[in-house]
Order: sequence, then C-alpha cells, then structure tokens
Amino acid sequence: MKDQQVIEQTVVELAAGGERPSAAEAGGVAALQLAEMTVSYGEKPAIFSVDARIPARSMAAIIGPNGAGKSTLLKAALGIVPRLSGKVTVFGEPFQQARHRIAYVPQRASVDWDFPTRVIDVVLMGLYRELGLLRLVRRRHREMALACLDRVGMADFAERQIGQLSGGQQQRVFLARALAQGADLYLLDEPFAGVDAATEKAIIAVLKSLKEAQKTVLCVHHDLATVIDYFDHVLLVNVRKIAEGPAATTFTADNLQATYGGRLASAHIDQLKLPA
Amino acid sequence: MTMLDTLLTALMLQAGYNAALVALGAGLLGIAAGAGGTFLFLRKRALVSDAVAHATLPGVGIAFIVMVLLGGDGRSLPGLLLGSAISAAIGLLLVEWIARRTRLAEDAAIGAVLSVFFGIGIVLLTVIQTMSRGKQAGLESFLLGSTAGMLYQDAVVIAIGGGLALLAVLLLRRPMTLVAFDPEYAAARGLEVRLVDLAMMGLVLGVTVIGLKIVGLILIVAMLIIPAVTARFWTDRTEHVVLVAGALGGVSGYLGAALSASAPGIPTGPIIVLVAFGLFFLSLLLAPKRGVLAALLRHRRFQLRVHRRQGLLALAHGEPVLDPLTIRVLRRDGMIRGDMVPTDAGRARAAKALRDERRWEIARQIHQDEAIHGRYDGLTPIENVLTRDEIADIDRRIGGPVVAGGAA
Repeated sequence: MKDQQVIEQTVVELAAGGERPSAAEAGGVAALQLAEMTVSYGEKPAIFSVDARIPARSMAAIIGPNGAGKSTLLKAALGIVPRLSGKVTVFGEPFQQARHRIAYVPQRASVDWDFPTRVIDVVLMGLYRELGLLRLVRRRHREMALACLDRVGMADFAERQIGQLSGGQQQRVFLARALAQGADLYLLDEPFAGVDAATEKAIIAVLKSLKEAQKTVLCVHHDLATVIDYFDHVLLVNVRKIAEGPAATTFTADNLQATYGGRLASAHIDQLKLPA
Repeated sequence: MTMLDTLLTALMLQAGYNAALVALGAGLLGIAAGAGGTFLFLRKRALVSDAVAHATLPGVGIAFIVMVLLGGDGRSLPGLLLGSAISAAIGLLLVEWIARRTRLAEDAAIGAVLSVFFGIGIVLLTVIQTMSRGKQAGLESFLLGSTAGMLYQDAVVIAIGGGLALLAVLLLRRPMTLVAFDPEYAAARGLEVRLVDLAMMGLVLGVTVIGLKIVGLILIVAMLIIPAVTARFWTDRTEHVVLVAGALGGVSGYLGAALSASAPGIPTGPIIVLVAFGLFFLSLLLAPKRGVLAALLRHRRFQLRVHRRQGLLALAHGEPVLDPLTIRVLRRDGMIRGDMVPTDAGRARAAKALRDERRWEIARQIHQDEAIHGRYDGLTPIENVLTRDEIADIDRRIGGPVVAGGAA
C-alpha cells in the first residue's frame, strides 16, 4: 500500500519534470531523503543501511535509545562524519547542490564556551555564506542578527561574552545562528537536552513558527513524553531503522518496544502519552 | 656609552643601518607571528607548530649540502629557507597522517615527528661541520636565532614573508574562526575543515620559516602562542585578540631585537621571547577582567555583596544585624541609621532583596545544572542573568505578591 503511494508520487514528480523544487515540494517531495545510509566507527556500524524520508513542512523527530546512532545519523546526513554508503537528497536535489538550504544546530556541549566571542558574533556566523571571506559586517547584517536573537528572546544579551550564558541561553544562541541562515530545513541535535522549561517553551515556539512558515524541522529527541505534543513525523532508530511515519500511526507501544527492547519497561510505555 | 644609551639608540633606529633593519624585520615578524598564531591558539593546536618548527632543521642541513654541491658557499638565506619549508611541510603532513590513519593520538604524533626530525637535523649539522667546502659557520644560529650579519636581502625576505602571512590572515580569518569555534557547524556549512586546518598550519609554517633567522626554531612556538595568550587577557572578541596579539608580537620583536643589538653575544630569539613573556606577565597581573589583581578585587567586592545581601535579608525579616562588617556596609550605603533602624531606602532595598531571593530559589530548582556549577549565585540581580520570559515564568510559579506574615 505504502509502496504504491511512493510509486504514484514518483510518477507525479516525473510528470512535473522532477526538477523544480517548488513544484515538486507542492507535490510533497521529501525535505530530506536518506537511501541505504551506513556509518561506521572502526568496523562497528553506528548506523546500518537506514532509509528515511522526512516530508517537507513536517516537524520530525529522530527517536531511539542512547548509543542508537541518532546524532550520528544527523551528522552523516550533513557530511560531518563520513558515510560508508548511502545517498542523501535534499528537496529532491543532490545534497551538495542543496546544502545551503540546511541549517544545523549542534549539541551545545560540542563547543568551548570560553571562546573569545560575543553572542552577536556567534549569530553573525550564520551569515557566513552572505559575508564570504572579505565583506564587512554592515548594519543590516547586525540588525538581522539582532532580529534572530529577538526571536529566541535573547536580544538583550547580544553584547555578552558567550561564557556568561546558561545552558538554555547557549542553546537559544545556537538556534538564532541557524535562523540567521534563512534555511528551509532545520536539523537540531538534542535541542532540549538540559535546558530549562522556559527555554524549551521558547525553542518549541520558534520551531512551530518555522513550520508555519513552510519550513521543515528535524530534531534528535530523547524525551518520549513530549513526542506527541511536539512532532508530527517520527523516525525510530536503533542502529537500523525500526519504523518511520506520521507520529499518530508510528509512535506506538509496539514500535517503541522494538526500538528500546528491554531498556524500556512496559510500565513506562503505559505511562507515555501515545496517539489515541 | 652606557647600556641604556645603546638601547635607546637602537630603539630610535639610530644604531646604524643594520640594527635598524633587524629591529624592523623582527617587529614585522612579531606582528605576523602574533596575528597568525592566534588562530593556532584558538584551535588549541599550539604544539603542532612546535613539531613544524623542529622539522625545519633537516631541511636547513640538506639545503646547505645541496647548495655546496652545486658550487655555492651554502649560505644563501632564500635557499636555506626553501629547504626548511619543504622539510617542515613533510613533518606537518606526517603529524596529520599519523593522527588520522593510525591509532596514535596527535600528541604522540607530535612527539615522534618533533624528536626524529630534530635528531636528523642535528646529525646533518654535525656532518656539515666536517665538510671541507662551504661556509658552515652560522648554521647553528638557526637553533636560537641571531641577527649578527643580517643582510638587506634577508630583511627583504622576512618583510615579504610577513606581508604574505598577514594577507593570509586577512583572507582566512572567517573560516579559521568558524572552524576553531565550532568545527562541526563549519563542516555542516560545507567548509572543508581539514583544508582550513591545513591552510592555517601552512600560515604557521610560513611564519616559522621566516622567523628561523631571527628567533630560531626552538623558540618560534613562543612567538606564535604568547602574544595570543596575552591578548586573550584583554579582550573577549576574536578580531580584537588577533589585532592585540599582532601588536604585542610586533612590540616584542622590535624591543627584543633592539635589546639584543645593545647586548651582542646573547642570541636574539631568547631575548624577544623574554620581552613577550614580560608583556604576558604584566597582563596576567593587570588585565581588567581576567587578571590576578582583578580577581582579588572581585573577590573583595563579592564579599561585600554577600554581607550587604545578608544584612538586607535580615532587615526584611526584621531580624537584628550582628556582624560588624555587615553593619558597616549597610551604614555606608545609607540602608540603616546609626541606631540600626532601617531608613526608607533600606526598607525598599530589603523588600527587593527578598523578592530576588524568592526568584532565585525557584530559578535554582529549575536550573539545577547551573545551580551546581555556581553560575546562579543568588546575589547577582536576577535580571542580569535570566531572560525576561524566564523571569516571567518564575514569577508565575511564585504566584501573586506575598504579604509577610499572613495570607495574601
């Protein structure tokens, strides 16, 4: 049944020329498509032959236990860690041609927060493509960075040294940097890990506004309790892909048991908010 | 002439044509090394440059031998520098290769390459001493640097090299900053992190090679790192670290070369490095935010703040203030009168302190991680630490204004 849909879709896309992203997106082309992607550290696969298809304009989550390769999946899709095999397609185009349409928000623990730079300078890094090697930072760049900071509630912090920020504020700055890119697809690695409730609320509000603006959001997410509230598409992985689809039909007790195995007691699953 | 006179003369570029040339060359080298070295420091790869510097020595020896065999006297500076650049590049690529392709970590790779190349270089220099042809005197000055007998052409080589290094800094500053701060994000944006790193190391290699003559290969790492570390004391912005480090490096080079000219016999490199260290030491003591004295002052101010807060909270709760320092602080601020009765201002501040305390209590529950790490000290006005929506969230949890001693 599902395969039938995909085939029909492909036929539609081919008929539409399959080239123009705008036309194709209207027909429901994937924002991010992974085909048989394998990533390995040494000779132990961290991700094995994963196919995925994140629909455009969705709020999607990658879910799985610790060590399941969730972050690795994201990094491999972005070319940060090398792929052993697999193909990445972004809005119907090969990854290299469309990578400028992607904004990445790394885990905040991945950088040294004593680095000599201010909040606004980090956000200006989001304008790297526009500024290039030599162009000067002008007032309109600064204003744009400030507007992005304002969206995450951090405009008052623009001149602060980044070392003075709390964990939640660091995460907001990283999100503001991604917003400055003006991308169409946002990939976030555990954006809610270790942040306070107000920050979680602020971040989810920004992500929802992105979806309303026809953008696509994909998060590595670890809090099973909020999946149904936040996301409409889920990808369950544990080295291999376990299941993928709309949250309402895919985020089920059976699929969770298959993803987490013994690590998730059935008592836990009973308490979770699952789709009705 | 006393030594001071000699120094002043040298500083004013009046100690003769050659000394002036050397001082200017060393200053320019210092600017290039300080600015270029900043990125090495920010990328936390200072020691790779030490391996690169030591790997220049075999190149110096081989270039000398080749030039003698070709019929020269073996002392042409451009020839020697070319040789050193080639062997330094081989050393650099070896470090990269070992760290990437074997199970050895980068520090082990650095140690191995540094010592092996330096060993080969020393053996070659020893062999050269026994050669009957060529003018081998002075080759060992590449170890610690010397400005004696520096020629106009040598200064030109250094000036061109330094200018090219600064141009590279200007061109590559954005990618190098991005890679140093957040390599994963840089990679996600399509930057070739390895290429940017190699370009940065190439820049460092260039500075090292042109610095061989003046500073010497053993100490050039100091010229790359000390100015950046010193500059970091004074500023929190990357561009400013680069500019300040360049200026500090320039001053160190210029002063050091002038000092060395007034005290011949001491190698130039160590003196330049000692000047750079002097600037570092001053910064360590005096820097406004990160310096040692500032930290002492901050501690004292913190102590006063704790006493002030304790006193205000005592006033808010209507408790007596007993600690003499607390009483002194409150009196000085006009919070209490001589007979310990709170003034109007004191009562207002006490109420504000109490509200802050309640907010902090909630904040610490919400932000347990930060509370553990001491960022949420409960003393800083909460508006300076949290965003408005975070505070609004806390106020919601506190509920409406609480009237002391009764139901709201």
